[in-house]
Amino acid sequence: MASKHKRVAYYPGCALEGTGHAYDRSTKALGKALDLDLVTLKNWNCCGAMEVKNVDPKLQTYLSARNLSIAEDMGFHTVMAPCNGCYHNLKKAEYDLANDEASRELNARLSTKAGHKTYQAGKVETIHALDWIKDAIGEDGLRARVKNGLKGLKVANYYGCMYTRPRHIFPEKDRGPESESTSKPHFMDDLLAAAGAENVEYPLKTACCGGAHTLSDSDTSTKLVLNLLTTAEACGADVIATECPTCHTGLEMHQKRAETVFGKKTTVKILYFTQLLGMALGLSARKVGVHENLSDSRGLLLERGLQ
Amino acid sequence: MPIHEKSLIRPENLVTHDHLELDGVDVSGHWSTFIESRVVTDYNEVLEDEIAALPGGEFIHRCWQCGSCTNACTVNAINPDFNPRYWIYLIRMGLEEELLRDKDIIWQCVSCFKCVYACPRDVNPEGVMKATAHWLELKGHTEPKPSAVFDEVFADQVFATGKIEEGRVLKQFFRRTGQPLFQTWLVALVRGLVSRLPARMLMRLGLATLFHPRTSGWGRARAAIGEYVEEREAADRAALGLEADGAN
Repeated sequence: MASKHKRVAYYPGCALEGTGHAYDRSTKALGKALDLDLVTLKNWNCCGAMEVKNVDPKLQTYLSARNLSIAEDMGFHTVMAPCNGCYHNLKKAEYDLANDEASRELNARLSTKAGHKTYQAGKVETIHALDWIKDAIGEDGLRARVKNGLKGLKVANYYGCMYTRPRHIFPEKDRGPESESTSKPHFMDDLLAAAGAENVEYPLKTACCGGAHTLSDSDTSTKLVLNLLTTAEACGADVIATECPTCHTGLEMHQKRAETVFGKKTTVKILYFTQLLGMALGLSARKVGVHENLSDSRGLLLERGLQ
Repeated sequence: MPIHEKSLIRPENLVTHDHLELDGVDVSGHWSTFIESRVVTDYNEVLEDEIAALPGGEFIHRCWQCGSCTNACTVNAINPDFNPRYWIYLIRMGLEEELLRDKDIIWQCVSCFKCVYACPRDVNPEGVMKATAHWLELKGHTEPKPSAVFDEVFADQVFATGKIEEGRVLKQFFRRTGQPLFQTWLVALVRGLVSRLPARMLMRLGLATLFHPRTSGWGRARAAIGEYVEEREAADRAALGLEADGAN
């Protein structure tokens, strides 16, 4: 049976238009290389990230509900968000609209005043870029298409916070070996292994990078990131694979900050999983936006024949 | 309730007698160390209700003090004084004065949701941290902390245009918190990036900061959100018994 995820609505979010542009570029390039159809949501708005919920969580629910209603209007049952923050917020909105009367009321009130359809829970499913590749292509599909395997590249898979927590907004997770695990996620590990990477045992897969306070409490973020980086190095990783623009940029920024401000230098490289998969499929480093990353991993990739 | 967290025992509350004999037993020195007993009379009886009235604090009453939140906490691991279980205890007991000792670190919650994941009672400890930080600020116990300034700069831009542009958020945040934009580590990052990016890409980035991204036809959403935010702020202030005008 053909996967229902061959053609999905695409919600890039603000970060992918800014500091996370390499993730946007590599996600699109990967989709193209795998004959998957991404249709960008028309006139989307910000999901509220980590900030709007601190004004009122119900406002964040409205912001995400507006995006879900756009997907519905465009005739989609599935929206794919590569950013953990966007993914988390859409999932949270779906949960709250299904379970919380006050959230439903505010959504109805704001949608009506804003002049668009009120999104009702259950119409559109939100998936992450990992679910998208895992479902639409799968490990076997990837293995069959790999041209330039990642052989020899040791990867620490880093998922961050918003992909798995809190558990109750991800009802499809923790449903047995085929599903994603919230305590020890493995979808990225599975895909990168199929592309020929050697995954290292990384105990901090779901530890926090301090992304919410990356600028407002920089010293805390630098401590948390440095712990992620040095642990990855101790585990023998050449690369930390990421699947969230906030984590990715946080790791890059605070790797540099740890070096310039605290004199702690680490050399592990940071790449989006979509960049690694793209290169394994034979796309050039430039096609997947490696030059747009804040950290420079071109040397390592050249050394490993990935360029 | 037993106190497991040693950092909660403050040196000034410990009493040790250099020379003490009890019933003929010499208990001098550390053998006689104990925590001084005290009588608390200045409870703030409405503290829990006030926190519960703010967004995120709604379920604080469910807490049974198991400590799973503190055990799971990202920030507690790097600063033992950051202790959500203890703060929830203080709030529920109305021990405002004790809570105020930690007023300058409560804002540091990084919203990793490890506590929410671990909590067996669905207290939503992360929400309680946000509500408490908000309460401290509304009551005038602290100035707006950097995270609150960031939230405001960010949320205002989303409410105004439907989208955010990171460069603009960063600039406004540094300006509002009185920090220089050209921090050594940021400059080092940008230098590295500029040396690798093609001119066309740099131009695109530059243009994005001039022509801010926005959601079209956002005006009605902006008005609806603005109206609600005002209502929310008034409700929060009323719940805390504050004047409606925000004068404090």
